[in-house]
Amino acid sequence: MTVIDASPGTRRLTTAKAISEGIAQEMRTNSEVFVMGEDVGPYGGIFGSTTGLFDEFGATRILDTPISETGFIGAGIGAAVEGMRPVVELMFVDFFGVCMDQIYNHMAKIHYESGGNVKVPMVLMMATGGGYSDGAQHSQCLWATFAHMPGLKVVAPSNPHDAKGLMISAIRDDNPVIFMFHKGVMGLPWMAKNPRSIGPVPEEEYTVPIGKAAIAHEGTDVTVVSVSLSVQHCLDVAEKLAGDISVEVVDLRTIAPLDRDTVLASVAKTGRLVIVDEDYKSFGMSGEIAATIAEVDPMLLRAPIKRVAYPDIPIPYARVLEYEALPTRDKIEAAIRDLVS
Amino acid sequence: MVDNNQRVEFYRQMVRIRAYEEAIRRDYHADKTPAWDIGAGLIPGEMHLAAGQEPVAVGLCANLRDDDALTAPHRPHHLALAKGVDMKAMTAEIFGRTTGLGKGKGGHMHLFDPDKHFSCSGIIAEGMPVAVGQALAFSRRGTDSVAVAVAGEGAANQGAFHEALNLAAMWKLPVIFIIEDNDWAISVPRDTSTSVANNADRAAAYGVPGERIEGNDVEAIYQAVKRAVDRARSGGGPTLLEIHTVRMWGHFEGDAQAYRGDELAEAEAADPIPAYEAKLIADDLLSESEIAQILADATEEVEAAIAFAKASPEPDPSDAYQHVFA
Ligand SMILES: Cc1ncc(C[n+]2csc(CCOP(=O)(O)OP(=O)(O)O)c2C)c(N)n1
Repeated sequence: MTVIDASPGTRRLTTAKAISEGIAQEMRTNSEVFVMGEDVGPYGGIFGSTTGLFDEFGATRILDTPISETGFIGAGIGAAVEGMRPVVELMFVDFFGVCMDQIYNHMAKIHYESGGNVKVPMVLMMATGGGYSDGAQHSQCLWATFAHMPGLKVVAPSNPHDAKGLMISAIRDDNPVIFMFHKGVMGLPWMAKNPRSIGPVPEEEYTVPIGKAAIAHEGTDVTVVSVSLSVQHCLDVAEKLAGDISVEVVDLRTIAPLDRDTVLASVAKTGRLVIVDEDYKSFGMSGEIAATIAEVDPMLLRAPIKRVAYPDIPIPYARVLEYEALPTRDKIEAAIRDLVS
Repeated sequence: MVDNNQRVEFYRQMVRIRAYEEAIRRDYHADKTPAWDIGAGLIPGEMHLAAGQEPVAVGLCANLRDDDALTAPHRPHHLALAKGVDMKAMTAEIFGRTTGLGKGKGGHMHLFDPDKHFSCSGIIAEGMPVAVGQALAFSRRGTDSVAVAVAGEGAANQGAFHEALNLAAMWKLPVIFIIEDNDWAISVPRDTSTSVANNADRAAAYGVPGERIEGNDVEAIYQAVKRAVDRARSGGGPTLLEIHTVRMWGHFEGDAQAYRGDELAEAEAADPIPAYEAKLIADDLLSESEIAQILADATEEVEAAIAFAKASPEPDPSDAYQHVFA
């Protein structure tokens, strides 16, 4: 169990800036690191993940690509197996469909198929999530889709501090890492945001370990496990309920490999579990966590598990429809109250 | 030759589309201030408008019938309107209302009108194989309908484009592939993303005719598409056309376009509508009062569609769970 460092410095960055700073620092010390993707050059990434990199490193290390995801993600794999450390951006996770063979059958499996002889030290970063009416093809989370495939590590930070530390860990990792940034945590100037999307980030390089969850808010009555933007909602609810209900918020930070120990330890303490997930409910992260409790020790629970997850529907456009489906603060609070009452 | 009535009709359609895009642009931004928020307002989400690309839609669709299919990309309004999609139902969809084409579930990148065989998708190039399948259905059934796939020049570097061309060519299907070359794929200019200067050259790789049309001229576009449609209808198989056009506005609304530099002013100056208007005036086909009337009619139709959308009910939250399965 790790508790987020309480003194991470006073300088405040958006998550987008924290990510690009992490990439820049690794690029300065390691000439094998380079970036490619659509609009990652002068534009700085549609969601700001590569802001400023083109100015510093130029077109030879920050490569704008054609709209050819199979081509350039495959090229990232090829460069990685030759020992480089590419950071490749897939603009929205939803576009995975046009390049999934490279991801599922190559990036994920080469190390295993080669009996450990070939490594794929590559980062594939991508935007996830909805809440701003971008419709069924531009609003999904889909972390479980990637976490389902053995051989892929999947991280999804909820705040700027973790985003930078996880990016540096991902670049240094010898495995392919899917780095998922929810648009809602990036601190974008053109999207409504939670103040938690801008926060203290140390200037120096540091790592946040892949595969380690964080206790983002300590509590004793109920454990709420979540990841990415939903963690911000959970923290808002935990703070609101403080004094009434003591909520422990577990920020998974990594989906695969899942930090089951931290979840189990928290549930052992509280005896109650709410899982909050913006990804589809069935066959996903929330089910995996529930199964972990059921497999290890269902007697930890004083009440049945509750899930606040995206219902099994494609993401609708109209705001009233989308918010009917999203895991909002109201739904999280209601689930907690229901469980504790 | 294009006859004079048709020329005036081309102008009328282009003005109608521009009036639509301008009104959507106005309403899209109207309630997103002071802190501009993409998710706020009566029209939330991404918004890709097609100002400058009207000649493509109008020249193309003047060759099409209701039973011909058209798959459009993420920038679909001009094509939908020219194809005859109902303006009110489409606008209501963009406003997320129950009277919309998709009852508010799709939004501006997901307009489906089965009566007009119109659809669009937000995933680059992915409408191209779908058009191949529509053409396959038409040819199996022995009709002379054709299918058209429209995509930007950025889409021509996507695998789906090449796979669709090969399939259509091998099976000699009645498909017309149209690449709208507006020089940009978001911030990436075509010359840094595409290995050939002319995407029509790629047609040769699949043994189909290819043609690039310069000038953003609705009449030249009409004629070129006519040749392709005639070929497709008469069993001659697919054609690839690349049409050079212009993106006068941002990739999406809110795009600051810093990457465009001086080229932006050139693009704005290359507005095809005043240019065509001047031509028709010179040929004595339009008077000042007729021009004013055409604009007034277009504005009235557009404002009526927007009023219809705004007056339409929002979906009930429980509607979210309907239509997952047929
Ligand atoms: C498979 C896929 N990759 C990337 C995107 C993101 N994207 C949306 S529009 C666009 C540029 C498209 O350029 P082009 O095809 O030339 O059409 P234009 O926008 O210029 O009309 C990109 C990269 C997407 N929607 N789908």
